[in-house]
Amino acid sequence: MASISNSMEAKEDDDNNKYSIIVPTYNERLNIALIVYLIFKHLQNVNFEIIVVDDGSPDGTQEIVKQLQQVYGEDRILLRPRAKKLGLGTAYIHGLKHATGNFVVIMDADLSHHPKYLPSFIKKQIETGASIVTGTRYVSGGGVHGWNLMRKLTSRGANVLAQTLLWPGVSDLTGSFRLYKKSVLEDVISSCVSKGYVFQMEMIVRASRKGYHIEEVPITFVDRVYGSSKLGGSEIVEYLKGLLYLLVTT
Amino acid sequence: MKHIVKIMALLVALSAIWISLLQTSVLPESYTWLLPLYSIVTLGCYGLLMVGVGLMRFPTCPQESLLLQEDIVEAKGFLKEKGVDVGSD
Repeated sequence: MASISNSMEAKEDDDNNKYSIIVPTYNERLNIALIVYLIFKHLQNVNFEIIVVDDGSPDGTQEIVKQLQQVYGEDRILLRPRAKKLGLGTAYIHGLKHATGNFVVIMDADLSHHPKYLPSFIKKQIETGASIVTGTRYVSGGGVHGWNLMRKLTSRGANVLAQTLLWPGVSDLTGSFRLYKKSVLEDVISSCVSKGYVFQMEMIVRASRKGYHIEEVPITFVDRVYGSSKLGGSEIVEYLKGLLYLLVTT
Repeated sequence: MKHIVKIMALLVALSAIWISLLQTSVLPESYTWLLPLYSIVTLGCYGLLMVGVGLMRFPTCPQESLLLQEDIVEAKGFLKEKGVDVGSD
């Protein structure tokens, strides 16, 4: 009897979950429309909201988001813009302030993260009770498309280096498709100072050091279809600096 | 404990073992002197091997790109119908 009521309680808890999906954008007018459509397509029986943090895109991204609000409702799509480009880490903090869910999903707007994986993140979290579910490209079922040999080599080298030096317990450190308990994200994000995509690594390493339960699900990563990639040439130097920084501070 | 401290502790422990090997001369001394060099070379080989293996078994997903194209066509069609401006680009 007790077990029945417990499982019913758990079921009820699942139904009460709300997911706030934070999507930072800069010049993603087409991609944001596509991603919103795909999120609604793949999360039909889930209570969620999409928070678009747009850093003053000159291409009219915000106009498109307003049109999408007309289609899907202003309570489902929240536009929380900022005046200018202020960086990824602060975009998440900004979006987090407006999040009303008890879970937060962070994903890129450029379609390299496909919303069809969202149900597997949610399922994994419910099954394991994890504080963080992170998408990994480096296990079977996952993968990457559109990278040349150099990009693959850099990625593998960076990963081996990080695994050897940091022992993070996570196979994909620089991926940024993740689901967090809201309280955990608030806790971890406040202690992160890095910029750019070292920030993703810092988040997961700090969370791992703090002893949060982290689970992984396979995702595929298709390099951006529309728009140009925003990664600069000094990527490797920044990565090594980030690694060193994490080595001495975590 | 900071992670760098863990790694330092590991290095100190390894050095201690090495020094005690030097002192007790269980192995011939010339071997023992070269042990750190061997370790470094082994670590380097391990790293290169892992990168090589990782590169060979790098999971790719060309079919995902095609599926995404289908999704994009579908999404564009729906959004255009609803009056969202997805025409340009």
